[in-house]
Amino acid sequence: MPDQLLYAMEAGLNGLMAGVMYSLVALGFVLIFKASGIFNYAQGVLALFAALTLVGFQDGQVPFAHLINAVFGTELHHFGWRLPAIVAIALAAGVMVLLAIVIERYVLKHLVNQPPIILFMATIGMAYFLEGLGDIMWGADIKTLDVGLPQGINETVESVTGSLLGYGFFVDNLDIVASVVAALLVISLTLFSQYSKQGRALRAVADDHQAALSVGISLRFIWVLVWSIAGFVALVAGIMWGSKSGVQFSLSLIALKALPVLMLGGFTSIPGAIVGGLIIGMGEKLFEFFIGPMIGGATENWFAYVLALLFLVFRPQGLFGERIIERV
Amino acid sequence: MFYREAGDFKTRYVDDAQTFPIRFDRLRYYAVVAVAFGVVPFLINDYWANAVLVPFLIYAIAAIGLNILTGYCGQVSLGTGGFMAVGAYACYKLMTAFPEVSILIHVLLAGGITAAVGVLFGLPSLRIKGFYLAVATLAAQFFLVWLFNKVPWFYNYSASGQISAPERTFLGHAVTGAGTTAAAKYLFCLIILFALAWLARNLTRGTVGRKWMAIRDMDIAAEIIGVNPLTTKLTAFAVSSFYIGVAGALFFSVYLGAVEVGEAFGIQKSFLVLFMIIIGGLGSIFGSFAGAAFLVLLPVLLKNILVGQFGWATDLAAHVELMIVGGLIVIFLIAEPHGLAQLWRLAKEKLRLWPFPH
Repeated sequence: MPDQLLYAMEAGLNGLMAGVMYSLVALGFVLIFKASGIFNYAQGVLALFAALTLVGFQDGQVPFAHLINAVFGTELHHFGWRLPAIVAIALAAGVMVLLAIVIERYVLKHLVNQPPIILFMATIGMAYFLEGLGDIMWGADIKTLDVGLPQGINETVESVTGSLLGYGFFVDNLDIVASVVAALLVISLTLFSQYSKQGRALRAVADDHQAALSVGISLRFIWVLVWSIAGFVALVAGIMWGSKSGVQFSLSLIALKALPVLMLGGFTSIPGAIVGGLIIGMGEKLFEFFIGPMIGGATENWFAYVLALLFLVFRPQGLFGERIIERV
Repeated sequence: MFYREAGDFKTRYVDDAQTFPIRFDRLRYYAVVAVAFGVVPFLINDYWANAVLVPFLIYAIAAIGLNILTGYCGQVSLGTGGFMAVGAYACYKLMTAFPEVSILIHVLLAGGITAAVGVLFGLPSLRIKGFYLAVATLAAQFFLVWLFNKVPWFYNYSASGQISAPERTFLGHAVTGAGTTAAAKYLFCLIILFALAWLARNLTRGTVGRKWMAIRDMDIAAEIIGVNPLTTKLTAFAVSSFYIGVAGALFFSVYLGAVEVGEAFGIQKSFLVLFMIIIGGLGSIFGSFAGAAFLVLLPVLLKNILVGQFGWATDLAAHVELMIVGGLIVIFLIAEPHGLAQLWRLAKEKLRLWPFPH
């Protein structure tokens, strides 16, 4: 096989892996959108916040150290212990649940019955707030996240492709772990929403708020539940992205990358989020590989959006989205 | 007591159709304009011009532009930063290509070029609605910024990739470049803002504005009663982009002087202008001014208090500012989804009845 084709295949494969990472963020969007019709812009910042909290717990940082030092003139920064990864993850998940309760009580409850665009803008406001809060709590410096996930080149893939094709593909172990985790996440979410009582309630709310209310489902509880799950998904995404590229502000920008994924897959479909992520991930890597060098490179910045834009013109509801029916 | 319609008799149709039907409002408007044109230029110094007034005027233009698209026509756009960049680069290319032409012409032409680009990116709005459109405008944002970064023709092959404004004059006074006075910058922006705000106010009162609002309130119903969605949406995109392009041109040439595209016109700028119109009030010209003033003043104020008074580190103050801005947006949406403009309207209603509310 010609080298060019092999390189393209490698780029495509890595694109698929990157796509899984986008899907992880997109999943959180879909969950909240399905259950409450809210387009949650803050999902990316949730991931950043979760990752920051995780690192903070792991390293035993003093929360708000920066602020306390500035106000009281003290010199706090660390408690001086390190928590094991699993405890820190559990604590961070706890914080995300707490955050879900706070968001429901102080924001969403007051915005019931507002038009979707107002809710969308409220989540942008929340995103700013959380970003500031995360930075004040844990400091804005770039942190390394290490919860013991394998990293580096996967030798099995390299040797197998090497013996079959004569060229060993480079695939990061972390990407493989992310794919497995994403698959597990989707399976468990599907099982949860299909077979558990809360999951059924969740689907009922997604179908029709008022009908769900009238059969005795607590809307507020469901919202807390959904935001907690979204927070948990954000934590998983935060761990994956944080292990890959460090915990820093740019983590919150992956939320923007998840948007075209959603548009492609449809806002209401969990499989759509996965397939959309794979298409975007592979598409942008292949485009960068073939076309990028001709027009100056760094096409990854915009390719996903333009692809989604062109796609939407032909199919406005996305690949798997529910058909949009409008009535006057 | 002073603020009421009683005794203000209208004997001609022109009187009835005027923008400010209440005499007190009218006088207040003349007073504000007189102070802005006649008093402020003599008192202004460099700090006030650069930190507060000039950015306020420029953001007010951008906010009016976005408000036309989002507030009046209901099409959410996250591409404001990208369109401002189009205005800035168009202005730069024109300024360097035709040095003898007045800067005012360049700024307006830059707005026109942005309007054309805006229409191009507005075309999908006929098929895509709501959030989908908001995300689609992100394509404009990222693509345009990338374009200005990667194609050297746009920045005249300068080594740094930056564009910097050469010195140009308007009516004999330098308004761009190094040798400008605070008053000249301020007045130049003020004149453009005044003209554009006047135009926007009257556009939104007339046929065009009513069509925009019909599309915003329910596009299918509007289509049935005979509003053409194609021309209506595209005029909204064109007018809005014109305003944003002019704001971008001024932002680059008068305010900053030198610009690196990713830094000055990134996605943050899109959100900033969007926040201005949310806090100020969607669908209100006054709201655009109020929102722009609020979000220009707030960081200056917070910085003065936190850094100046308490002596905090600047990065900490920046984070607190993020929290406050985010929190305020949420609070505003909960307490008053229609923004500062609605508070203003309520205050006027109360004032009409004061001091005898029954």
